[in-house]
Amino acid sequence: MHIKLSVNGETHELDVEPRTTLLDALRDHLRLTGAHAGCEHGVCGACTVLFDGVAVRSCLMFAPQAEGSAITTIEGVTPGPGELSPIQDALCETHGMQCGYCTPAMVLAAHSLLAGNPDPTREEIVEAISGNICRCTGYAQIIEAIALAAERMRGANRPLDRTS
Amino acid sequence: MKAAPFEYSRPADLDEACALLASDDGARVIAGGQTLVPMMAMRLARPTRLIDINRIADLSYIREDGDGVAIGAVTPQCVAERNALIARKLPLLALAIPFIGHGATRARGTIGGSLAHADPAAELALVAVTLDATLSYRVGGSSTDVAARDFFVGPMVTSLPDGACLAAVRFPAWSGTIGVGFHEVNARRSDFAFASAAAQVELDAVGNAKRIAIGVGAASDFPIRLDDAERQLTGTVLEPAKVTDAVRAALADIETLDDLHASSNYRRRAAAQLAARAVTDAVADAQGRKVHAH
Repeated sequence: MHIKLSVNGETHELDVEPRTTLLDALRDHLRLTGAHAGCEHGVCGACTVLFDGVAVRSCLMFAPQAEGSAITTIEGVTPGPGELSPIQDALCETHGMQCGYCTPAMVLAAHSLLAGNPDPTREEIVEAISGNICRCTGYAQIIEAIALAAERMRGANRPLDRTS
Repeated sequence: MKAAPFEYSRPADLDEACALLASDDGARVIAGGQTLVPMMAMRLARPTRLIDINRIADLSYIREDGDGVAIGAVTPQCVAERNALIARKLPLLALAIPFIGHGATRARGTIGGSLAHADPAAELALVAVTLDATLSYRVGGSSTDVAARDFFVGPMVTSLPDGACLAAVRFPAWSGTIGVGFHEVNARRSDFAFASAAAQVELDAVGNAKRIAIGVGAASDFPIRLDDAERQLTGTVLEPAKVTDAVRAALADIETLDDLHASSNYRRRAAAQLAARAVTDAVADAQGRKVHAH
């Protein structure tokens, strides 16, 4: 079937079987391979993307269900070519990754958290990544990275609020 | 981990969804898909057609309904989780929702989808049974109500007839000095529970249980109420030792699930402990609310 997907701000038209998951549409049809295929049944979290700004599992959705929604993948979170988002920067600094398989999903889960909660507690960070499995780090440095990114993002320059 | 081929339809309203269901025996309704999609990936489910009701706006709402709260079938779990009306009128539901899966699945998973799927470990099914919720479904043009206790009849089996589409669930709200408790045990956060328990109590002016509901989930084929314990404890002070004895006795003859993850015996013991804790929490919660109200 013919569907339209909005991914990282661009609209794509593709022909897919209805059984194509959003994950496979992103990876195989749009060549956005940052969303990783781990367990493919909703347990590991490696396929996490932002769906209208909220972290969801792209393996738990068929592509036609995503039609008309705004999808953000790891390829869409950087401010510019060759740059990193504050969360990616923080992960590098705190050694928040080893093999990197879970990392794009961790970054997007953190984006989803910080978009609605700029000053999360440790418990809130743990809760936000509780659905994302990492077999290397033991999570401590990932939690540290998200806290560091949150602190930096709170202190970052923002456009002047002219309404007050 | 790829689903078998199927046709996909996105009806505009419930009438169209019911007509599509009636026209294809192998069709299944999909809403958030957070359980159906993995089942299809593992080919435990092979529907010939998916009827996607998730965008039917008339099925997404949370509103006061007499002395209770009605929730549309495709209301996302994450919306219910943050809803002020549910927090105020259905504190047990509000307490239980964060135990469902994790944030990323609650973002897509729906209230009705979880109920219709009827996993023995589903938190929403347990709360529905504990609070005596009423489920409404449509077949063709006619609507039918069914009590939660008559809805869940086996593991992933409900009394929904063929061609039916769940439309809403209504939870009655209790008045008076009420308190709630919810506990579950699982291998890791967000995983399926081995045993779970929910309790809601209403205390009278001197602190006796005027009304009590105790439910146990995940331990048996579908969530159950501990009726004998409820009868025994109503009108009493709800001392922890008496509560433990009562729930243990009520669970003694229940046939509990036995599998690789947890033995039948373990589930029975865990369920009794969790139920006792849920009641104790509910009493403390009710006493706390009373203090706040003064």
